[in-house]
Amino acid sequence: MRPVPWFCKGKAVRDPPRGRQDGFMEYFLQLFFGGLSRGSVYALIALGYTMVYGIIELINFAHGEIYMIGAFMGLIVAGVLTAMGWPTLSILVIALIIAVLYSAAYGYTVEKIAYKPLRGAPRLSPLISAIGMSILLQNYIMLAQTPDFLPFPRLIPDLEFMEPYANFLATSDLFIIVTSIAVMVALTLFIKFTRMGKAMRATAQNRKMAMLVGVNVDQVISATFIIGSALAAVGGVLIASHIGQINFVIGFLAGIKAFTAAVLGGIGSIPGAVLGGLVLGWTESFAAGYVSSDYEDVFAFLLLVLILIFRPAGLLGKQRAQKV
Amino acid sequence: MKARWMMTVLGVAMAGMLAVGCGGEKKEEKKPEAANATAAAPAAKKVVLGVAGAQSGDLASYGLPSLNAAKLVAKEINAKGGINGAQVEVMPMDDQCKPELATNAATKLVSEKVTIVLGHICSGATKAALPIYKDAKVIVMSPSATSTELTQSGNYPNFFRTISYDLIQGKAAAEFAVNELKVKKVAVIHDKGDYGKGFAESAKKALEDGKVAKVALFEGITPGGVDYSAIVQKIKASGADCVLYGGYHPEASKIVTQMHKKGLKIAFVSDDGVKDDTFIKTAGADAEGVYATGPQILADNEVYKKALADHEKEFGSKPGAFFPQAYAASQALLNAVAKAGSTDYDKVVAALQKEYVETPVGKIKFDAKGDAEGVSFSVYQVKSGKYELVK
Repeated sequence: MRPVPWFCKGKAVRDPPRGRQDGFMEYFLQLFFGGLSRGSVYALIALGYTMVYGIIELINFAHGEIYMIGAFMGLIVAGVLTAMGWPTLSILVIALIIAVLYSAAYGYTVEKIAYKPLRGAPRLSPLISAIGMSILLQNYIMLAQTPDFLPFPRLIPDLEFMEPYANFLATSDLFIIVTSIAVMVALTLFIKFTRMGKAMRATAQNRKMAMLVGVNVDQVISATFIIGSALAAVGGVLIASHIGQINFVIGFLAGIKAFTAAVLGGIGSIPGAVLGGLVLGWTESFAAGYVSSDYEDVFAFLLLVLILIFRPAGLLGKQRAQKV
Repeated sequence: MKARWMMTVLGVAMAGMLAVGCGGEKKEEKKPEAANATAAAPAAKKVVLGVAGAQSGDLASYGLPSLNAAKLVAKEINAKGGINGAQVEVMPMDDQCKPELATNAATKLVSEKVTIVLGHICSGATKAALPIYKDAKVIVMSPSATSTELTQSGNYPNFFRTISYDLIQGKAAAEFAVNELKVKKVAVIHDKGDYGKGFAESAKKALEDGKVAKVALFEGITPGGVDYSAIVQKIKASGADCVLYGGYHPEASKIVTQMHKKGLKIAFVSDDGVKDDTFIKTAGADAEGVYATGPQILADNEVYKKALADHEKEFGSKPGAFFPQAYAASQALLNAVAKAGSTDYDKVVAALQKEYVETPVGKIKFDAKGDAEGVSFSVYQVKSGKYELVK
């Protein structure tokens, strides 16, 4: 059914002999690139988190679920198109587009249902509403789709020139890293230079004032959610295709790590999300490689605590004096 | 102040009535069937078999086949007029394989006055639920909880199982790797859970006692991660020629896939948590050649053949994981109730330890610790998308 995995194609020569010890430098590089690919997965999801937080200061816990819904939509589209015999790359593109549209619609609706009615409420209320939305969507997908794990087709084609480096970095890793960075740059430019971006910054600084000078705040917040959800869907399709399996809880687990990455980098800061994701990925990878993978989470969260002690706003967050 | 107090009492009373009302309605719905089947028997007589385990959630594929097995056995017994005239009723209770939900499920079953339970499915969940059943004198029989201590510690005289346990499973996997695959250095990896770690520790012990192969690496991974390349690189650096993995299929398929991506093609031997068709589906081509231990199935067992045919007829599909064990457990429990003539705890336990039952896993009875006599593990390998018996 599935094509021969790429590593079987004329690669036997490259197989290291059994029991050969890799050199210190090679091992270090393997862990470095492993951490890089893991970190860029976190970064890609963290971008959406941090963007929504940056504009309306709401931790959108349902973000992970939108990511999961994007992955499911991608799987459905990919399933249909594969059955119709389309080439892989075009399936990836179309799956991405449909998943993005679908998830964006979800994000827009979630905002209208769960967050907008609580616009004037104390900050805790939308947070609880977000957690509720997250649980609701998870269980909805479980009931509507399946509680089982589903295989996700490898939609990212393996490029020929990456083959010699496969031990360090697979094409899908590279794809995710490049996408994270491209999205980071695009978002930064969007917020800095477009009219909507300007309105977003205004809303972030002072919602009431923005309203007074004629910014349509509701529209800005809707746009924020649409963009955030679209990013989640891109992440969903790419990451699911990288990992090769999905089920209804992937959003929760990935969401927690991505949230950690966003806080680490400075929540609200777009380059911070990418940096935070990478730092988290590297910490876990090196902790697992040099200490023990029993302790990878211990080290990751120890680092988080240390960074928050010395830089409470995160690595790239703006240090603001709290009004008392 | 007094008014509020009165209101509270009234509210609680009304809520209570609501609950009673619902309970009553349910019974009335069921009554006509029972009355038709056994007109002479007193209406209230029925044997309730609680079925607890993962019936939703990501591990539902382990638990749902057991529920089907219980339903089939109950249907068969009911068609023959029930147990001493009492109809068997199956009461499902979901725990998603989570210890915290398992205790809820147990409390609920106990409060429903259930005296025999088929379940739970996962070792961690079973361990969490057992004290509740023990205090309430409920007999629990798991088709799949393989944690060694559940029976061998002697802490739970109310617990039985129709599957062999981790100590034996880990040993079987280790011996297979050493004797059949002739490996010299083994990386033992687990998912830090009760089940996976139990398997890994017994495998490690068997390897160390055997003195033929060395344990090159012994480590736990975090379940649910997005990337396991660090542990894969570590396995590679350790120079191991075999991986023994204790845990469930989602992580196993990610690890196997990443091993292949990184050009590490050494034997992968795992447990019955991986001997699940979902593993083959998610790992795809990478699943080929993976070994997994699983409960021994006697292919020419007549009871098993009949159970399989019944399942096809009733549910229109092939049964999933632990179906034969769950079928056997349902048979054993209900048979013991029949032989004991009541659901009295001591009498049923005595019957379980004395009376042989013909089941899909062979002719079994239980030893003093609660393990089924005569059940063991076999090794299977994925060959062209299917698990096939190796040894």
